[in-house]
Amino acid sequence: MTGMPSYEAHIDISHLPGVADPAGSTVERALPALGYDNVSGLKIARSIKLVLECASEAEAKRQVTEMCERILANPVIENYAVSVTELARP
Amino acid sequence: MTTRVGVIQFPGTNCELDVIHAMTQLGADASILWHGDPTVNGVDTVIVPGGFAHGDYLRTGAIARFSPVMQAVADFAASGGPVVGICNGFQILCEAGLLPGALQKNAGLKFLCEPAEIRVETSRSVLTNGAQVGQVLRVPINHFEGNYICDASTLAELQAEDRVVFRYVRNPNGALDDIAGVCNAARNVVGLMPHPERASDRLLGSQDGNVLLGSVLSACAKVS
Repeated sequence: MTGMPSYEAHIDISHLPGVADPAGSTVERALPALGYDNVSGLKIARSIKLVLECASEAEAKRQVTEMCERILANPVIENYAVSVTELARP
Repeated sequence: MTTRVGVIQFPGTNCELDVIHAMTQLGADASILWHGDPTVNGVDTVIVPGGFAHGDYLRTGAIARFSPVMQAVADFAASGGPVVGICNGFQILCEAGLLPGALQKNAGLKFLCEPAEIRVETSRSVLTNGAQVGQVLRVPINHFEGNYICDASTLAELQAEDRVVFRYVRNPNGALDDIAGVCNAARNVVGLMPHPERASDRLLGSQDGNVLLGSVLSACAKVS
């Protein structure tokens, strides 16, 4: 442990606008069979959660954004949104 | 001299022995390159075969691109060495930035395992130098994420530079512009979703893949 504060990061990864979401559209088409015929715009996205130790919240956000660019998301077809919150010290 | 073919094996790769068998039948000396070794061992060409490298976790090819061997593959490609990615190998080369675009889930959300007809669109690539433009080949596909996509400017560039190597005769997966395979600007890195090694013997119902695998061996002869 580094003694630096811990931050929890939430990352939401979704398809870029215009990129097909066949899983989402398949689920959307299935819902009317259960009586939900009032649903539209269903999207299936991925969510990643992680904890990291960093000197500051800004640095934590910078690192997680870099992870998204390098591996967690594929910028060719995916969007990502990062939120970071500091965890209370034990 | 016998051409040395290196076939990369990641955890989860499952077509490496088929590629080695097909290449050996064509007279090459083919062997495995382990993904954890940071070298291509001086081979004349590198094939990234199909399968489910690293379980396809996160995204297909996303983790494989960080395997130690991939930096060596990038250096080999940059020096003009012929590199071919088949199916999952195509996905890995896209994730690694050696080829443009990405492969997303098939439009019909079905895993497709069936023969496909693909048309050779250019003979100016390491995988098609022995094929004729317009030639239709019967080569199996076997994928869930084969739906090629790239942004509009990349597509325009691929079309203008004659870098769409194969198109499907009947688009099975929703791929943009019917694209089944593309190459890089230097034309020595090619990726395709169909499996030429599965069309390499009369017993398999098609030998159409051999013209492609043979082209790779010819390309090696030119480089060396």
